[in-house]
Amino acid sequence: MSDILYYFDFPFVRYALVVTMMIALCASLFGVTLVLKRFSFIGDGLSHGAFGAFAVAAVLQVSNELIVVLPVTVAMAIFLLRAGRRAKIKGDAALAMVSVGALSIGYLLLNVFSVSGNIAGDVCASLFGATSILTLSKTDVILCLVLSVAVILLFVFFYNKIFAVTFDEDFAAAIGEKTEIYNTIIAVVTAVIIVLAMKLVGALIVSALIIFPALSAMRTFKSFRGVTVCTAVIAVLCAAIGFVASIIWELPVGPSIVLVNIISFVAFFCIGKCAGR
Amino acid sequence: MSNNKPQIKCNNLALGYDGRVVAEDISFEVVQGDYLCIVGENGAGKSTLIKTLLKLNLPMGGKLEMDGELARGGIGYLPQQTEVQKDFPASVREIVLSGCIKSNGFRPFYSKSQKQLACDSMKKLGIDNLANCSYRELSGGQQQRVLLARALCASQKILLLDEPAAGLDPVATAEMYAVIEELNKSGITIVMVSHDVAAAMKYAKHILHISHKLLFFGSVADYRVSNVGKAFLGGGDAQ
Repeated sequence: MSDILYYFDFPFVRYALVVTMMIALCASLFGVTLVLKRFSFIGDGLSHGAFGAFAVAAVLQVSNELIVVLPVTVAMAIFLLRAGRRAKIKGDAALAMVSVGALSIGYLLLNVFSVSGNIAGDVCASLFGATSILTLSKTDVILCLVLSVAVILLFVFFYNKIFAVTFDEDFAAAIGEKTEIYNTIIAVVTAVIIVLAMKLVGALIVSALIIFPALSAMRTFKSFRGVTVCTAVIAVLCAAIGFVASIIWELPVGPSIVLVNIISFVAFFCIGKCAGR
Repeated sequence: MSNNKPQIKCNNLALGYDGRVVAEDISFEVVQGDYLCIVGENGAGKSTLIKTLLKLNLPMGGKLEMDGELARGGIGYLPQQTEVQKDFPASVREIVLSGCIKSNGFRPFYSKSQKQLACDSMKKLGIDNLANCSYRELSGGQQQRVLLARALCASQKILLLDEPAAGLDPVATAEMYAVIEELNKSGITIVMVSHDVAAAMKYAKHILHISHKLLFFGSVADYRVSNVGKAFLGGGDAQ
């Protein structure tokens, strides 16, 4: 216990914890929609794409890689969600292509135009998340917080519309809702969250933050509101526990959080089975 | 109660999607209080017609006129269930309320009158006792009633039903048709797509038979004695 208190004396540890919880919260909220719309894999594909963009930014030695990564990822998200809507198989294939393609090209670029001596270390860090969450600058922290709050407000404001579009897009369109706009909002926000969360947990496992809390909540809760609230609570708790565990036992942050999420999923699965039938 | 101005009027309408015409020369009209049943074989263009009426597809030609309010999304739509919905965690109340969303504009939450409307719709369909139940745990017939209640929130004038009895057992099917008949008697226009020709002959007032073009439009009695009707009904409708 005294160990934890010792670590939390450092302001950067406290910042990192807050940022972790906020990002996990944002990711999980939109995760409910993505899982229900059968778009669970979008997060995965997008994060690989973002890794490619990240590599380009590194090679170009752009001072703040977000300038490159964010627009590219947003563009990919819009492209993928639209392709997925028209025909299921086409969207699936497009996703796989973007995902693997960006990953390969990203790694190639980093190898050919290496800008640092430790390529393997850099790549590993951006794929699995490093301790970079602890080295966030004050601007990073503020940017993360502002974007997180914006995402949460957007979710609350469009909560009912998001429900309508998720449950039955045709019906929503038939009564004159602009479903295209809401789908685009969902795509853009997903991209923003992934870029933010990539710093935290790394490109390969970022989608865990999006899908796990929602899937856990769906095992036990029966209403959309119940699932949403439960998802948010699970996400924040798992992030906090995973973060603290990673500090105490000196584990990588991302995988620790994912591990706690897996444990919570198993727990909720069992509760759901017992309560169900 | 019924005025003479049609709610929906189609003139030589051509239907299709992705630049391909699937049916053309479709002409018919629907007046308030009507009960129109659209019949035809699979792939005849029935679903495309529904989607065109809902403005999900654009007409490929001809003319489609609608009463002012209907044109702005005032049609209650009962779609066929999708795979996604069968496992969707949502309460009955949440789903019925989502039928009100159009009148929300930019307000993020539902108003008291919208909640009341949802409540009334559930009562009308006899599912108010299920309001807090989970949609995915209901029987097929109950699920259809929930979606019908949602459609009723979107419009109290006209309902467009796409195979309302699809996948229901005989008892639930009969109940569903009874509920729809009840709604029609209260003055709501019903436009229904159905495979179930026997039910169409029993409940509908008018029949629209299409097969890539208009084969028949008129009253049920006329359809029964028409060549198209005789051929389509075969020996199945003996009365």
